[in-house]
Order: sequence, then structure tokens, then C-alpha cells
Amino acid sequence: MSDPTPLLRIDGISVHFGGLVAISDMTFDVHEGEIVSLIGPNGAGKTTAFNSITGYLQPASGQSLYRGRNLNGLKPNQIADLGVVRTFQKTSVFAGNTVFENILIGLHRRGTQSLVGTLLRLPQMRMEERRLREAASELLTFIGLDKRQDELASALPYGEQRLLEVAVGMAAQPKLLLLDEPASGMNPSETLDFVNMVDRIRARGVTILLVEHDMRMVMGVSDRVVVLNQGEIIAEGPPAAIQRHPEVIRAYLGTGASHA
Amino acid sequence: MSRYTPWLVLLFFVTVPLWMRDQYYLHILITSGIFIVAAISLNLLLGYTGQLSLGHVAFFGIGAYTSALGSIGFDVELFGYILVVEPKPVWLAFITGIFVAGLAGWLIGKISFKVRGAYFVIVTISFAEVVRLVALNWIDLTEGPMALNNIPPITLWLPGQGETTVWRKLPNYYLVLAVAAIAFELVRRIVQSRIGRAFVALRGNEPLAMSVGIDVTRYLVIATVVSAAIAGAAGGLYAHYVRIVDPDIFLFIYTVTMVIMVIVGGKGTLWGPVVGGVLFGILPEFLREVAAPEVQWIIYGVSMIVIVFFLPQGIVPALSRVTHELRVAASPIAQDTKEGEG
Amino acid sequence: MEQFLQHVLNALILGGTYALLGIGLTLIFGIMRVVNFTHGELYTFGAYMLFMFVMSLGTNFFLGIVLAIAMGVLLGALTEVVLLRPIRGADIDTTMLVMIGAWIAMQSLEQLTWSGIAKSVNSPFPVEPLVMGPVSVSWARVFVFAVAILLIIGSHALIHRTRLGKAMRATFQDRETAALMGVKINQIYTATFALGSGLAAAAGALLAPVFVVYPTMGDMAALKSFAIVILGGLGNFWGAALGGFILAIVEEFGAGYISSGYRDAMGFVLIILVLIFKPTGLFAQKERVG
Repeated sequence: MSDPTPLLRIDGISVHFGGLVAISDMTFDVHEGEIVSLIGPNGAGKTTAFNSITGYLQPASGQSLYRGRNLNGLKPNQIADLGVVRTFQKTSVFAGNTVFENILIGLHRRGTQSLVGTLLRLPQMRMEERRLREAASELLTFIGLDKRQDELASALPYGEQRLLEVAVGMAAQPKLLLLDEPASGMNPSETLDFVNMVDRIRARGVTILLVEHDMRMVMGVSDRVVVLNQGEIIAEGPPAAIQRHPEVIRAYLGTGASHA
Repeated sequence: MSRYTPWLVLLFFVTVPLWMRDQYYLHILITSGIFIVAAISLNLLLGYTGQLSLGHVAFFGIGAYTSALGSIGFDVELFGYILVVEPKPVWLAFITGIFVAGLAGWLIGKISFKVRGAYFVIVTISFAEVVRLVALNWIDLTEGPMALNNIPPITLWLPGQGETTVWRKLPNYYLVLAVAAIAFELVRRIVQSRIGRAFVALRGNEPLAMSVGIDVTRYLVIATVVSAAIAGAAGGLYAHYVRIVDPDIFLFIYTVTMVIMVIVGGKGTLWGPVVGGVLFGILPEFLREVAAPEVQWIIYGVSMIVIVFFLPQGIVPALSRVTHELRVAASPIAQDTKEGEG
Repeated sequence: MEQFLQHVLNALILGGTYALLGIGLTLIFGIMRVVNFTHGELYTFGAYMLFMFVMSLGTNFFLGIVLAIAMGVLLGALTEVVLLRPIRGADIDTTMLVMIGAWIAMQSLEQLTWSGIAKSVNSPFPVEPLVMGPVSVSWARVFVFAVAILLIIGSHALIHRTRLGKAMRATFQDRETAALMGVKINQIYTATFALGSGLAAAAGALLAPVFVVYPTMGDMAALKSFAIVILGGLGNFWGAALGGFILAIVEEFGAGYISSGYRDAMGFVLIILVLIFKPTGLFAQKERVG
């Protein structure tokens, strides 16, 4: 059921790097409860789009509106506080910490500040610690990494590290989760598990915007697909329509319409 | 490290004066203790948030000067008015020193964290130099190179004894030990809390930390303020023990000494600064017997390089690796769950 | 008015040596990303080398200058090969500590060898100053200025007109690509460190006859070098050169018209201000991406 006001509205975003136009006039919506995939050949500007939405980059023009609120100029942590969390394309975990600690760090938003409370070890602080640890355990079970909880994040096999990234993102209680190539490097069976995971995340009330190369995954999981090529949106629609779209096929010529 | 280690160590140090009567060695332990407090504070910034702050001695010195000036009183001309401050009770001056050092930490932190990396290193060094030059030149306030003399020792209210002034070495030793224990515990609480996790997160992976809502600058400033306040406490202890404070307290070499203690001991660990402080507080004394001062420093310089080459994480992590391996070797079935030490 | 001109002249001359120090450090900082704490010691070393050659060994003054610089280059190369190369790739803490250890060891060795008593070096220049209308300057300082300018131009030529320089610039821009293109990174790093150290030693040798030589003279020089690098931006040759002159001007005029006690602080206050308002330095060319 789509709400008339989109959860996320990207409106005319342009990003320049010196003389290079990385993204030009990008406009699309994401509605609450949807899973939208942003696809396009390498270098199309997908990660740049994520960076500009979540505050790591300032767009040259245009704006991102989350629940009607302009995200431009906000710092990434402020945007996360609003409920918009992103993951990273290159494996990004807290390498020196255990899996459990990684999730605990991700749960940062669910705690409250108070330096004084920490120094005095007030009862509220201790209760909060217990709550956070319980939440971490629950999340680890949800994502399937509970057996690994005491291992160093850097020691995990690649596929599980990527799962951990998603778990850390989930810990921050997003309403809108931006996943940057979460399935890259996964084998087909891992990818299938991941697709199920994405559905379960949506079932928890999280709207998802996904950047992906893996067409199997994209077609399997998305409600809508937005296609970016050389910084411009060239197509938008349900997966089946996109697969047959001539512009899209042309953009992918040379890499093949379905990613190997 | 087990839960009881801190208590055992504390107990050990409490008993030291009972079997070691030599006043000179007690003096060494006291000055080492003061440096350990400073190292513990620096470790919060250098070790846990991973920021290469090389101006730390500024906070130490600000704490020392504030506490000293507060306890002996001063008058200074400011914008045409003369400000006169009567001598205050020493404990009050000491607390003020902590507060002013923390405030300096807040100011310097807010400015310095606009940049990172090598630039940050340089700006922290610069701040410390500016503070040193102010202390040297604002003679009206600080007596400049003529130093602040006759600083009174701390006066405490002790149960059963009423007001005691801490003149002799023994009570000074216990005072420093108490402050060191408190500093250790405060840092431990922070490090094992959500705030400590935020520190480690921003040290490990800043963009990721931001993506889960951690306000990096805010936590860096928090770390700096707490770190500066504890360093200010060390400075206050110094002022009332040595009882003379001059601008040389701000020399870069003292920051270097603290940095050496933290990194060689093991940055980002709770015991690192303690081990480092004991080592580099006591080592000079043993070396003094056998080598001229210049040779001592050469030995430091070289031993620093050697340790960094072979034990880059510092002594404490290396030791805990060894004990871990010993434990595993001793009972291969044992499950080893490490306390999250950040 | 004469005072003003005199200050300008003093600033120019001081600025020349500051520029040498700054250029040397910015090259090392920029190309190798090393926080070089030994830079001040190379300055001191250059001064002591001149002292040794001229006063202890009786060498001709001008030859002594050349030899002192050569010794600086050698020490720089040695430091890089023995200390930095083995820890290439380690985190910035480790490198910093090694550099601090080396700084301590070097300074103590100097103290051990020559004691803490200040030494002076005789220069062959006439004592009466050169008078040019309302301003005057000693011949010794004129010499310092001339050689400094020569070395600045020479370094610039080295960096922009030789193959070595080209390789250095490539490494500065993009180390990985430079390596792929066949640049021997090890050699470039050694050459960079040697060059930077040589410039610092030159500054020390040039100023040795003008001031006195003592073991801790490098500490302030090091701090000011850092300040100059910030002013000019990391790795920016002309930025560092100009930064050196700007620092000298700020110091001269600050000391002359505001307060001489705070002279040394001027530079630091300046860089703190620069870092607050323009963190990439006064002369940043590119905007940072992202």
C-alpha cells in the first residue's frame, strides 16, 4: 500500500567532481514499504548517489527529501538519526572488534548519552547496557551470526562479513535502509539466502533502497527498479518491464543484460 | 585480565611503603605516579579514539598553573582593571585546575578537530607551544621563568585526623595513588560503556561510525575534555608536590615522555599507560647509576625504536598474547572468552 | 619608515632559511606522509657539521658549507633506509614513534659529542655591515640569503626538470600508479628524505655563523617547519617557500611592533588561525573531493 508522500524523494540531484559530472538531474521516489533497486553499469554513479543522499557528499544542486525533510547539509550521523542508514560497497565492519561488539556499536542510537551517568555507573546506565546486549543477541540471531558472536569481524569469511554489515546497519534502527551492493562477491546460494533476508527485513517495517549488480537478486527482490547510466536515469519501473527496456539493454551492451 | 587484577595491583602499591623505606625511591614512585595519571589521560585520546594529540602537556601544565595560582593567590592587570584573587584552600584550587584544564580541552578540541591526520598533529603541537610561550611571557600572571614558588601542599580533611597538610612523602604517595586509582577507574567505566564503544568505532572506521548515528566530532571533544581534566589533575598533583612550577613544564619533551609511556605500554589498553609509566618513570633511575644523562636519552631513543620494531602494539597486548598462548597450551579444552577491552 | 624597511629586510633574510626548512619538510610530508620529527635535528646537524669542518678541522668556510649540506643529505638517506624503510606501511603511530626515538637519540648524541655549551662558527665576512641607504645588513646575512635563494631555485629545478623530480611528483600525486609505471618507490623515498634533510641541514649550516650552535636549537626550527608546512599546504613547494617568508614577516613585524617576547608564538597563532578558517592551507589548489 503506497503512501502518497514518498518516504524518500530524490529531486534533481547533480554531483560534480571538478569538471566531471558524476550525476546529472537524478529524480526518483521511494515509497514506504517498498524495495527499490538502483542499477546501472559500473561507473554509472550509484555509490555517488548514496553518498550524496546520506551526507558523505554535497550535491551541486537538487535535494534529497526524507519524509518531506531536506537532507542536504546534514552530516551522516544526523541523517542516521532521522532513520536513514546506509551500508558501504567495500566491506566495512569494525575490523578490530568481535561480531557482538560490532552490533553493540551499531546499537548506538538506542542508547542515551550522559557522560556523568557513565562515570557514576548509575543504575539506568547498567540497565541500558543489559537492554542493548539483549537487543544485540536478538539481532545476531535474526541475521544468523549468533554462533560467530565472539569472533573478530576481520576473521569472518567474506559472505558473513557482508551479513554483519547489514546487521550493523539494522542495529541503528533504520526506517530506510540503503544497501550498497550487499550481495557482491556472494555465491548463488548465499545470494538466495540474502534475498530471503531482505524480505525479512522488509517484514520488520524497513523500506529498502538497494544498489546491485546481481540481476538475479534485483529481479527476485525488487518492487521497482531504477536504472542509472552515466549519471542519468534512463528507465524506471517494475523488474519485468526493465528487463525488456531497450535503453537498459543498450546501456548494458558489452556487460550482458544479466550479470554473470 | 581478571576482575580482581585492578584490586591486586592496588593492594600491591598500597603496601609498597611498608617494605620500601627509602625516601628517594618513594619520591621516584610519586613522580612516576603523577606521570601515570597523565599517561592514563593521554591514552583515552591517543589510544581509544586514535587521535595523535601531541599537545597533551598543555593540559597538564594548565592544571598545574591554575592550581598553583589559586592556592597562592595572584593579581593581574586585565583590560585596564586589576584582578586580585586571594589564596584559596588548596583542594579548591586543585579542583579549579581540573575544571580549567577540562575547559581548555573543550576549546582546543573544538578547534583542532576541524582537521585530521598530520594537520591535527601539528595543530595540537602548536597549541601547546602557544600555551608555553604565554606562560613564559605573561610574567604579570605567571612570573614567567622566575617560576611560581612556595606552592602550598594539599590540605585534606581525613577521618580521624581532621585537617592534615600533606608535607611528607608518605601521605603524598597515597594521595597520588588514590588519584591514579580514581583516574584508572573513571577511564575504565568510560571505555567499557557506550561512550567507549563510540570512541573505538570512530577510531576503527569513521565513515561506518557516522552511518550508524555516531557524532564523531562530539565524541572526540568528549574524549578531549575528560582527557584534559585528568591531565589537569596530574598537573595539580605535580604543583603541590614539587611546589615549584615554571614554563618548562610545557616543554614538548614531556608530551613525548607521556606518548612513549602510552605507546610502549600499549595504547588502547587499560593497563598500558600504567606499565609504560612504571617503566619510563623508574627506568631513568636505574640508568642514572650507570650512564651519563645524554647516554640515558640515547638509550631511550634506541629502546623506543627497538620496541616499536618488535612490539608495535606495546607491552601489554604482547603480554596478554603470551598469557593467552600459555593458557591455551596448559589446557587445550579451555574456552577463552575475552572481556571486551575495546 | 627606516624601521619598516629594516624589518622587511630582516624578514626577507630570515624567510629564506625558513623557506628552506619548510620546503624540505613539505616534500617529506607530502610525498612520504611521514611526520618527520627529525627535521629539526638535521638543522642542528648541519650547524654542527659546519662547526666541525670549519672550527675543528680548519676547512675553508665555503667548502665547509657544501660539506655540511652533503652530510645532511647522507644522514637523511641513512635515516630513511635504516629506520623508515623497514616499517613502510605501518600505521602512523609507529612511524611517529620511530621518528621521535631517532630525534631523541640524535639530539643526545650531539649533546654527548659537543656538550651543551654553545659553539660559535667564524665566518670570513667583514664585520661592518653593508649599508644601503636607510637600512643595513651584515654581509654574513646577505650570504645566507643568497645561498638560500640558490638552493630554493636549485631544488625547484631538481623537482621540475629532472627525471628524479618527475618521479617524485608522480609519487606525490598517486603512489600506486607511479609504482605501476616503473617508479622505484624505495629510491624516491630515500631521495626525498635525503633532499628534505639536506635542505634542513643547509638552513642550519647557513645560520650557524649568524647565531650560536647548541644541541636544542633544532626544536624551535622543527616546530616552525611544521607551521610553514601548514601555511603552504602539504606537499606544496611554492606554498612552503612563501609560507616561510610569510612566517618570517609575521614574526619580524609582530616582534617589532607588538611584542618581542611572543615572537615565536606568532607563527603558531597564525597556523591555528589558518587551520580554523582554511584547513587546506593558504594556497590550496584543488578542492577536496568528498
